[in-house]
Amino acid sequence: MAEPTTGLRETAAQTAGPYVHIGCLPAAAGLGDVYDRPLGAAPMSEGAAGTRIVVTGSIYDGTGWALRDAMLESWQADAAGLYPGQPGADPAVGGFCRFAADAETGLFRLATIKPGRVPMRGGGTQAPHIALWIVARGINIGLATRIYFDDEDNADDPLLARIEQRPRAETLIAQRTGEGTYAFDVRLQGPGETVFLDL
Amino acid sequence: MAEPPAPLLPRDRTAHPVALDPDYKTSVARSPSQPLLSMESTASEETGPRFGHGVIDPLDNDLILNWTGGAAPALGERILVHGRVLDETGRAVPETLIEIWQANAGGRYRHVKDTYFAPLDPNFGGCGRTLTDAEGRYRFLTVRPGAYPWPNRGNDWRPMHIHFSVFGHAFGQRLITQMYFEGDPLIARCPIVATIKDRGQIDRLVAPLDMAMARPMDHLAYRFDIVLRGRRQSWFENRPEGM
Repeated sequence: MAEPTTGLRETAAQTAGPYVHIGCLPAAAGLGDVYDRPLGAAPMSEGAAGTRIVVTGSIYDGTGWALRDAMLESWQADAAGLYPGQPGADPAVGGFCRFAADAETGLFRLATIKPGRVPMRGGGTQAPHIALWIVARGINIGLATRIYFDDEDNADDPLLARIEQRPRAETLIAQRTGEGTYAFDVRLQGPGETVFLDL
Repeated sequence: MAEPPAPLLPRDRTAHPVALDPDYKTSVARSPSQPLLSMESTASEETGPRFGHGVIDPLDNDLILNWTGGAAPALGERILVHGRVLDETGRAVPETLIEIWQANAGGRYRHVKDTYFAPLDPNFGGCGRTLTDAEGRYRFLTVRPGAYPWPNRGNDWRPMHIHFSVFGHAFGQRLITQMYFEGDPLIARCPIVATIKDRGQIDRLVAPLDMAMARPMDHLAYRFDIVLRGRRQSWFENRPEGM
């Protein structure tokens, strides 16, 4: 067999388990404020430019039951489509947020700003979107997906265009429910299954 | 950081566990049945959150002392867990955040949902975090966690393990895994371990005893190196359409 050209293989993932909150969201585990500065408490601070939005939803398993123990992480650009660290990016946008499905109801809530269109390598742009990463008991490797918005022009987005079965693209588009509020449910398996990403 | 330097190497999914494994029962209803959508990575995956030393307190990587703020040590077998974070091209990943969490020496987690009757240790919380140094090295002081039973098949027990969360420098490098301990006979019986189908990949999650880093009359040591996704080394821009 031919030798691979890169020396190392990625470390294998394992499930985050039911107690992921101990390490990543200690307050949700009942540990209180074990760290002075919890990470990812909000994706932006007061002075951030852009439209304030709130995305709420649930993560459903293949039986239609909402996960109560999932942890979610989001990563997004600022209102101009620049990621933290890129030249000219809004210093008030950290971009990263970490939140849990509610232990009683399974609801999650992300309060943030609407990101701008993100430039592509080699030209063109991606429609506004928030990258979402989901880990939980029973999920052996974190699931990546994206939140798009139904009040944006998603027609020429390269990722959405790549989804062969057009109805499945709808699973990535948050529905506007009011002034600055959106609903975005994730279905892990079965009818209406969310598109998960490998990129 | 300037422009995203280059696309991430596509993830080798054979290095990872399968999503659906009926022996790990919770995976049955929580695994996607459709294939993942593949595409070249974009800025959304090639950038990622960075955390500075300002967020880390001196005791954050010392689980023996951090729960009591140094007032009293946790009970159990004192160990150093250390290693390096590299990427697939062999380059060190400096200044990246590692978080760990674990049960106490009796196998009990400090979590509102854990009802195992082994007692909590009043001096042990079970979470820690640190940043790798310029060479990608990290270290934690902790106590060796106990095995614990879990409701899967009739008599399943998790091996001793520590959960690891690693960020890397790109959101597409994000990884959560578990470290096991050399010689633990429960590893071979664990359905969560067995979700990984490549024997060599399992072996790399098993940290060897590292006597060279043990401190006499104080603590033993285990070494756990972590490899994250790499980036392409160079890239042709302006490809003709369709290539």
